[in-house]
Amino acid sequence: MTAARRVFGLATLAALAVGAVVVLRRRAGSRERVDLYYDDGSMATVEHGEADAQALLGHARDALAAARTA
Amino acid sequence: MDAAEALMDLTEISSQIQAAVLIAADGQTLASTIDDNARSDRLCAAVGSLVEAATARSGGEGRLVQLEAATSDGSLFVVRDDERLVAAVTKPEPTAGLVFFDLKSCLRAAAAEQGDGKPRPRPGVRTTEGATE
Repeated sequence: MTAARRVFGLATLAALAVGAVVVLRRRAGSRERVDLYYDDGSMATVEHGEADAQALLGHARDALAAARTA
Repeated sequence: MDAAEALMDLTEISSQIQAAVLIAADGQTLASTIDDNARSDRLCAAVGSLVEAATARSGGEGRLVQLEAATSDGSLFVVRDDERLVAAVTKPEPTAGLVFFDLKSCLRAAAAEQGDGKPRPRPGVRTTEGATE
C-alpha cells in the first residue's frame, strides 16, 4: 500500500511537472510577436504562428544573438 | 551632438536598453554601442533584414515608422525617420512605451547634429518604473 502511494505520488508530481512545462512553453510562444507601427497611426501585430512571423522573428533573434554574443 | 553621443545618451537614460545601433537610410552604420565591429555589423544586417521584411509585408498600409519584435529572449525595437533608424535590444518584456520614447529622442538628437543645431536638454537617468533621477 505504501509503495502504491509512493508510485501514485511520483506519477502525480511528474504529471504536474509536464503540465507546467507545457503551460510555460505556450505562454512563452504567445508572447512572441512583432508589432508594426505606421506613419498614419495604424498598427499591426504579427503573432507567433502566423505566416510572416517566423521570418520576422528569425531576423529579430539574429539581432539579439549578435548583440549579446561575446 | 554626433551619432555616437546620441547613442551614449540613450544607453545612459534607459536602463532597459542593452545595446543599440544608429544606421543611415543607405544602410551605413553611424554609431554602435557594441565595440566588436563584426557583431555590430551582424546586428545592423539583421535589423536591415527585419525592416525590409516588415516593409514588404506592409503592402498598401502606411509607411513603417517603428516596430517591436518580442521574443522569449528579449525584444528588438526599431524607430526610423527619413534619414536614419535606431535599433535597440532589451531584456524580455520591457516597458515598450518608454523604450520607444527614448529611441525617438535619440533620433531627434542625431538629426539635430545635421539639422537645426538647437541645443537640447540632457535628460536624466530613467529606470524601468519611469522615475527620473
